[in-house]
Amino acid sequence: MTDVFRAEGLGKTYPGVRANDDIGFSVGRGEIHALLGENGAGKSTLVKMIYGLVRPDEGRMVLNGQPHAPADPRAARAAGVAMVFQHFSLFDALTVAENVALGMENPPPRADLSRRISEVSTAYGLPLNPARRIASLSAGERQRVEIIRCLLQDPRLLIMDEPTSVLTPQEAEILFATLRQLAAQGTAILYISHKLDEIRSHCDRATILRHGKVVGTVDPRAHSARELAAMMVGAEMRIIDRSGRVPGAEILQVQDLSSSGEMALKDVALTLRAGEILGIGGVAGNGQEELLAALSGEDPTAPGTVIMDGTDLSAMGPEARRRLGLLSAPEDRLGHAAVPEFSLSENTLLTAGARQNLVRHGLVDHSAARRFAEAVINAFDVRTPGPGTAAGALSGGNLQKFVIGREVLGKPRVLVVNQPTWGVDAGAAAAIRQALLDLAGNEAGVIVISQDLDELLELSDRFCALNQGRLSAPRPTEGLTIEEIGLMLGGGHGMEVGHVPA
Amino acid sequence: MFRLEPRASAPLGWQIATPILAVLATMFVGGLLFAAMGFDPVAAIRTIFWDPLFGPAAGYSRPQLLVKAGPLILIACGLALGFRAGIWNIGAEGQYIIGAICGAAVALAAYPAEAFWIFPAMILAGALGGWAWGMIPALLRNWFGASEILVSLMLVYVAQKIAAWMAFGPMKNPEGFNFPGSRNLQQYPAAANPELIANSGLHWGGIAAIVALAATWFIMSRHVLGFQVRTAGAAPRAARFAGVRPERLVALCLGVSGALAGLAGLFEVAGPAGQITESFGSGYGFTAIIVAFLGRLHPLGILLAGLLMALTYIGGELAQMMLNLPAATVQVFQGMLLFFLLGFDLLTRYRIRRRT
Repeated sequence: MTDVFRAEGLGKTYPGVRANDDIGFSVGRGEIHALLGENGAGKSTLVKMIYGLVRPDEGRMVLNGQPHAPADPRAARAAGVAMVFQHFSLFDALTVAENVALGMENPPPRADLSRRISEVSTAYGLPLNPARRIASLSAGERQRVEIIRCLLQDPRLLIMDEPTSVLTPQEAEILFATLRQLAAQGTAILYISHKLDEIRSHCDRATILRHGKVVGTVDPRAHSARELAAMMVGAEMRIIDRSGRVPGAEILQVQDLSSSGEMALKDVALTLRAGEILGIGGVAGNGQEELLAALSGEDPTAPGTVIMDGTDLSAMGPEARRRLGLLSAPEDRLGHAAVPEFSLSENTLLTAGARQNLVRHGLVDHSAARRFAEAVINAFDVRTPGPGTAAGALSGGNLQKFVIGREVLGKPRVLVVNQPTWGVDAGAAAAIRQALLDLAGNEAGVIVISQDLDELLELSDRFCALNQGRLSAPRPTEGLTIEEIGLMLGGGHGMEVGHVPA
Repeated sequence: MFRLEPRASAPLGWQIATPILAVLATMFVGGLLFAAMGFDPVAAIRTIFWDPLFGPAAGYSRPQLLVKAGPLILIACGLALGFRAGIWNIGAEGQYIIGAICGAAVALAAYPAEAFWIFPAMILAGALGGWAWGMIPALLRNWFGASEILVSLMLVYVAQKIAAWMAFGPMKNPEGFNFPGSRNLQQYPAAANPELIANSGLHWGGIAAIVALAATWFIMSRHVLGFQVRTAGAAPRAARFAGVRPERLVALCLGVSGALAGLAGLFEVAGPAGQITESFGSGYGFTAIIVAFLGRLHPLGILLAGLLMALTYIGGELAQMMLNLPAATVQVFQGMLLFFLLGFDLLTRYRIRRRT
């Protein structure tokens, strides 16, 4: 089997994150090669580098024996790479043929193009009428348009990003038949997914990524779904010390919580006890920010959806909720949890005005704000010249310690944090986690929304996953196996655990 | 070559230096312009910037400084509040005109009664008129997402038409020999806004400007409202997180800046202008935008910038009379000043580095 594509030592660093580290793998001619990993493991960064959307910091790629370093997607396409994205880029008001023509460098006359589309679509078993408007097509049919658009380029390497997430099982079967036919003709296919069953039944090899690194390249048919999940999530389990924490009475009830917008929450329900940490896993962008905004009061929700200590908070704004003890710390430190241009002392006023008595009768007590900022700096070991320093001048970890410290010192009844240690160095992350544990030890309820599974396993008493705006039923973290968690995250819902062949 | 590198924070030194640099650059380029037009550049600059204060006719022109600076500062204080929050009221000129019309309407309705309440009622009406005119863009933005920049600007032209209609129609002086324009309020003691100290140029509008400066300073530095305004301008999401409701801030900032512009219009119509005419608006509302920015949206800066802009008005008129410079001189100067200020502002946010 000759290699169509090979990556060696690929690396990419974003501020605060090592997205890809020393990635090496190869895809052979006629091979369906799976790229497997949790969300956030670095899959999309990797394919974006192959498709010319992102440039690697180090390492090299080889396509058909030629060095592959595309400056942009156009160059990547010219070199023979085609990609079908998870989200389609089609114009609803135009026909299939018009949409295909728009994506081409030199579109042939419309009649020829329509004939080619019909030919290709019948040849690969993807029936499609080139004259139909996109608006009238189903999700599966729209995906066919994208696939045919790629096939017309005659690609050497076809990348499919989670293609079955929008398909019905029947449509998925048709897709796999097409992919096998393509592979039989020699096209190399890189298939990105975290659906283990799919990969086991349809892929020849699988490269597994975790935390931006290659864990290994395996034959998926030779491993059980459990084994693959364990490789994806990481087998090492930390020793969790929950001593001194006995969950008390229920203090927060969330039910039928729905929101509108791009990633709407759908009937989210949860309960939280005093002294308990509830971990919410899942990839950012699946409703995490929306959930925090609904709980913090930035986006008030329907009556009766957020109840704390028997009081309905649903219609209250952030300040009213803070007065009652519901505090929160959003993911985005700069511009959301803190104002970069303001001093630390002024940044305390964002959330601590009422609880720390920094604002009285509308007047700001600047010296009290300064003292409170100093208290946070001392209690949380924030490395900064002093409370007069602009928040934007602090490192990510130090600012995050400040943001979390500001809320923890507010003695919350309930604290909601989103990605508390994202992009934070190990030392600061440990300090933040310890602070959250201590808070729960003092009878507060804590909700930790995070992408970091290790963190959630270390902290939380109960665990649930947020996926596409839906929250799975929480399960006690104790006794939850790493495989079950991987499957919960992968499938999105606890229910799918039952599908795993033992 | 060179490249620009963003600074982590804007150094105070540059923040103070850029307005001064902008003034110097305006003088320099203005001088070049005059030279190209065949005037003596040094004499022209001296006539505009020096003679109004210390020249032979300074006794006449010096009081004009407060007369012109008063409304500029009063309007700029309100604008600065909104600009800090990222709410762009470009239509202070319209709010100024409507405030003047509403205030004058009270006086004209009461004429010729003499009573202590007339002037206070005019002040109230002027502020309310400006507030109402400012609330139109505020409500349109909150209800429909309309740009307050466009709506407030377009309402200036509506206000100008209303002023012309008033001057020719409902407010025309019945004893004015059919000339357009209302009665002269300076000749109606209960409604007049006279010079308080002879030859100082100070009238009630100047007092109001000083009060507005003090109030702006207090709100921006001590009151939680000022903190909310600054937060909304610097980081809108953080402001929402802090519990600031954006719609309320829009209504507040446009309402307050409208009310202050309306007050400025009232003091003008009852004082230096005397009457509503078809061309009542004299551009104070637009010049105040420059004052607010030149003054760094800070009360002390607005005070200095207001005096400087007043000086260019007076100096420009003087240069027209003495040197026969064209009437557009003032506008060219004010435009250049804003242009250079925005240009030099780059230096507060970026540093220039040699490309390596």
